[in-house]
Amino acid sequence: MLKTYQYPKYPFVRPAELDHPDETRHVPVVVVGAGPVGMCAALDLAQKGKPVLLLDDDDTVSIGSRGVCYAKRALEILDRLGVGERIVQKGVSWNVGRTFFRNDEVFSFNLVPEPDHHRPGMVNLQQYYLEEYLVDACRATPGLEMRWKNKVIAVTPSDAHVALRVETPAGAYSLTCDWLIVADGARSPIRHMLGLDIEGKIFMDRFLIADVVMKADFPAERWFWFDPPFHPGQSVLLHKQADNVWRIDFQLGWDADPELEKQPERVIPRIKAMLGDDREFELEWVSVYTFQCRRMNRFNHGRVLFVGDAAHQVSPFGARGANSGIQDTDNLIWKLNLVLEGKAPATLLDTYSEERCYAADENIMNSTRSTDFITPKGNASKTLRKAVLTLARQHPFARKLVNSGRLSVPSFYVGSSLNTPDRDAFNGRMVPGAPMDDAPVTTPDGTPSWLLNHVGNRFQLLYYTEDASTIDAATVATLTRWAIAPVPIEPLVIATRGTAPDNLATLQDSKGRVRERYDLSPGSVYLLRPDQHVAARWRALDPDAIDAALARATYRDRWTD
Amino acid sequence: MSLNTQPNFHNPDKRYFYDYAPGDDFYAMLIEAHRDLSDEHSALLNARLVLLLANHIGDLRILEEAITAAKADL
Ligand SMILES: Cc1cc2nc3c(=O)[nH]c(=O)nc-3n(C[C@H](O)[C@H](O)[C@H](O)COP(=O)(O)OP(=O)(O)OC[C@H]3O[C@@H](n4cnc5c(N)ncnc54)[C@H](O)[C@@H]3O)c2cc1C
Repeated sequence: MLKTYQYPKYPFVRPAELDHPDETRHVPVVVVGAGPVGMCAALDLAQKGKPVLLLDDDDTVSIGSRGVCYAKRALEILDRLGVGERIVQKGVSWNVGRTFFRNDEVFSFNLVPEPDHHRPGMVNLQQYYLEEYLVDACRATPGLEMRWKNKVIAVTPSDAHVALRVETPAGAYSLTCDWLIVADGARSPIRHMLGLDIEGKIFMDRFLIADVVMKADFPAERWFWFDPPFHPGQSVLLHKQADNVWRIDFQLGWDADPELEKQPERVIPRIKAMLGDDREFELEWVSVYTFQCRRMNRFNHGRVLFVGDAAHQVSPFGARGANSGIQDTDNLIWKLNLVLEGKAPATLLDTYSEERCYAADENIMNSTRSTDFITPKGNASKTLRKAVLTLARQHPFARKLVNSGRLSVPSFYVGSSLNTPDRDAFNGRMVPGAPMDDAPVTTPDGTPSWLLNHVGNRFQLLYYTEDASTIDAATVATLTRWAIAPVPIEPLVIATRGTAPDNLATLQDSKGRVRERYDLSPGSVYLLRPDQHVAARWRALDPDAIDAALARATYRDRWTD
Repeated sequence: MSLNTQPNFHNPDKRYFYDYAPGDDFYAMLIEAHRDLSDEHSALLNARLVLLLANHIGDLRILEEAITAAKADL
């Protein structure tokens, strides 16, 4: 099988440590696992100028059928890391999903219901491409050292550091680090070594996941069938990926025999029944999966920080696995960076666990609900689902209840201890804790751009005025007063017209969408986090309030020593 | 007034950021109520719910519309 993709093989390089067994090298940060999540963590930190050592026990990218759908928010983070465009170019962008019950389409949805967003709701791309592009970016990033065939076999955390033992084809060596980022996947050997629990439930169902190559004229949409005539009583999902590869998921039921169901002579007739007999296709990859939803009870354990599948797992119906893992790193890295620079207390990392456990719970809840709807257990659930699906043809309310997977969207950290609660009244959804909405803007030289391309990686003050050229000297002085603060804040002026004086960064709100989405009036100010989430907002510039909000968003108001 | 079949689930005590979320909260509540019930008890639960909700609505014109909509292509 497998005809469309050539797996790269990355070279093992004999680590210098093997020649100095009596010295133990110390590095600030080690990331274990070069899956999508570990690589995003390493890239983000290295791009902030910190040396990173990334260890992986393998020497290639993800094998076979895994992640397919990368959501708008993950793409925005990948844009910040400089990898988004390549993924969008190679991938298949889509926004529309269609749901069928038996022979009929019952409804369709659009993931981006409003216009004027840079990235689509989803891009479909085989996980190996995502990883290959991330490897390329990691290798091109100074200060990021990647080591293939380096397997972590022992981890000993202490108050002072974390000690590691690493096994390679040329022998084993020891290392110490200040912080260990654990991105070693769902089975997480390191979680086991440290005896840490992960709790949740396994779904009593099996799914046949087939990647097939065919030249088909289906549109680039997500198609989901409940109880289709070609696979009665079960569900089926169809997705288009790059290189004319299509992903098909067949629900099989708990009693199916995974080994038997993987055999081509079982798989091919299923696909033929679905596509009609005359369509040509070839199998690229086939596996049978069961899924579970579970998470660790906290993600930071002293100097050991868990991200991605190592920390939490979901069923794939919401495409929330890699997408949420990438958001973990988005949340973690700016905090770790402040801690490494001695600009925030280490307890700031508790808020990584707080915010991302909240997000994981949301993901697990949504994924569990989708799985319950797709694979109802018990007669009452089955009857209710049938009621929803039969009413859905006629009635809009029932269409909203049809749950074939609520696709990955970012969490609003509304309860976060980093937020400064609103003092002034605002409409809309950009509340403290919200992930920023994108919007079209124009740079002062007239180039069309997107708001999210101008924010991130540092704290920023978004300041709105109608005509930027009328900003007075006192306002400039206030907006720039954090330029040389220990944790700097950069101003970003949003204006309907004009350019701000004194080289203040200005963006024009070409279509009025920023004002609309952020409910801006002249003088409105947003304090933005380095991960493009809202920390605080006011109707007027108030330096004391900004000081307090920054201290709160960095835990600098909680230094104890 | 006529029967509202537009999405209408909401919760004044909770801010929702995604349109499917209040309906999903309701559906999860309903499924949870049926958990571990025998088929007979599930049917009885549904019937009691219908009666409670019908009384809450009260207006027989709306209830008649609802019965008609529920019976269509059964
Ligand atoms: C059928 C299917 C469909 C999916 N669809 C989607 C989707 O559409 N969208 C989505 O977002 N997600 C999807 N997922 C989930 C997605 O694949 C995972 O969430 C994602 O791979 C997690 O990334 P990770 O980096 O946390 O872990 P992994 O990708 O598992 O990477 C872990 C890495 O750690 C390495 N490692 C392990 N132990 C050690 C050690 N001791 N020392 C050194 N290295 C080690 C491994 O070799 C591996 O490279 C899907 C999954 C499946 C199975």
